[in-house]
Amino acid sequence: MRITQNGSPIPEAATVKPLQYHLAPSIAYAQSALAQDPEARLLGGGMTLIPALKHRLSSPSQLLDISRLAELRRIEVTPSHVYVGAGMRHAEVAASAPLAKAIPALAQLAGGIGDPQVRARGTLGGSIANNDPAADYPAALLALKAVVVTQQRELAAEDFFQGMFTTALRADEIVTGVKFAIPKKSAYAKFRHPASGFAMTGVYMADFGGGDFRVAVTGAASSVCRWSAAEAACKQGATTAVLEHDGLLADIHAPAAYRAQLATLMFEQALRTLV
Amino acid sequence: MKITLEVNGQTRQADVEARTLLADLLRDEFGLTGTHVGCDTSQCGCCTVLLDGAAVKSCSLLAAQAQGCKVTTIEGLAPSGAGGTTLHPVQAAFTECHALQCGFCTPGMVMATVSLLKFHPKPSDADIAEGLSGNLCRCTGYLNIAKAVRQAATAMASTEGANA
Repeated sequence: MRITQNGSPIPEAATVKPLQYHLAPSIAYAQSALAQDPEARLLGGGMTLIPALKHRLSSPSQLLDISRLAELRRIEVTPSHVYVGAGMRHAEVAASAPLAKAIPALAQLAGGIGDPQVRARGTLGGSIANNDPAADYPAALLALKAVVVTQQRELAAEDFFQGMFTTALRADEIVTGVKFAIPKKSAYAKFRHPASGFAMTGVYMADFGGGDFRVAVTGAASSVCRWSAAEAACKQGATTAVLEHDGLLADIHAPAAYRAQLATLMFEQALRTLV
Repeated sequence: MKITLEVNGQTRQADVEARTLLADLLRDEFGLTGTHVGCDTSQCGCCTVLLDGAAVKSCSLLAAQAQGCKVTTIEGLAPSGAGGTTLHPVQAAFTECHALQCGFCTPGMVMATVSLLKFHPKPSDADIAEGLSGNLCRCTGYLNIAKAVRQAATAMASTEGANA
């Protein structure tokens, strides 16, 4: 039983519901367990899932911890692509010299997620499978023409992210890694929520040369999305861009028009800091 | 479920429910109550411990996830056998710089600082702010904490120099 600092018991409803934990020995094991038990959940770093379990927002029957699988824990850089395994933690991505050389802004993005304790645990696969509308990585995936690799297939990032906390993943499908295209230059600018570190609005801008620009926005709408007006602005050599605020997120933190203004500011900041 | 992990240099075993949090294992099973549970929602960092050398929030980790890992808590920082008189340089700097008032956040601040100095032995002010961004203090206003981090960095650099 959990007890508080003064020795009194914590109510049962304020703790994680009883569940099973399994350290998955292989992807095949995890896939088979997911197929047999619809209430099973994959566990990466747990930076979103464990707090959700504590609040009983999620009450799975079993956790399948895939964060230690060697096949998910590698970074590979080729002349055209950077492959990051789904089990790579944010701190590891931020500290990877070959990755930082190929796509400096991606390393910077990883090094700016949450706080040091979160970056020591959270994983790329966990972040994109959760698809929080204010998460940082999804913007990089859209702007860097990324391909999400699962044990079953490969999906373009634009087909993978389908809406707030929603992806194209099937019930027994497991993200194994992400293949990012290497741009000529790119930049990520975000306005951090002062308490959570999540993006109030974040803009990832990538220049692939020959007028091929990709710009993606996170934190502003119900899901990460490409920003076509900003891509057109880049192509025309404009130094600013406007995000229509109809349909943007409006919540306790900021109204839609404020997020639209942040998008313009983050666009301008990204344009100034392309590396 | 049975788990085995190394806590402050000693191999420890425990038979816990799978849902047990690392913070609760350390406090309730092992009696290591120096690890404080503040917000219990991953924000305040009071429960920070080192897991294989990196700072993590032990309220946001299941004990099962630490299976086979090395955990260091505030109780494990000072040199062993010192009889409680010798402090780790970070603990000493926090004491000397008056980097605490009520002291509730202090174990987490100290553990986060140890991790920060491992990755940034000569931290800039920005490194310190970023390195402690996962830890909240409601008393000090952080000025003396930042001062203690700088003093600890200097002390640890000179100790390493003397040992070299």
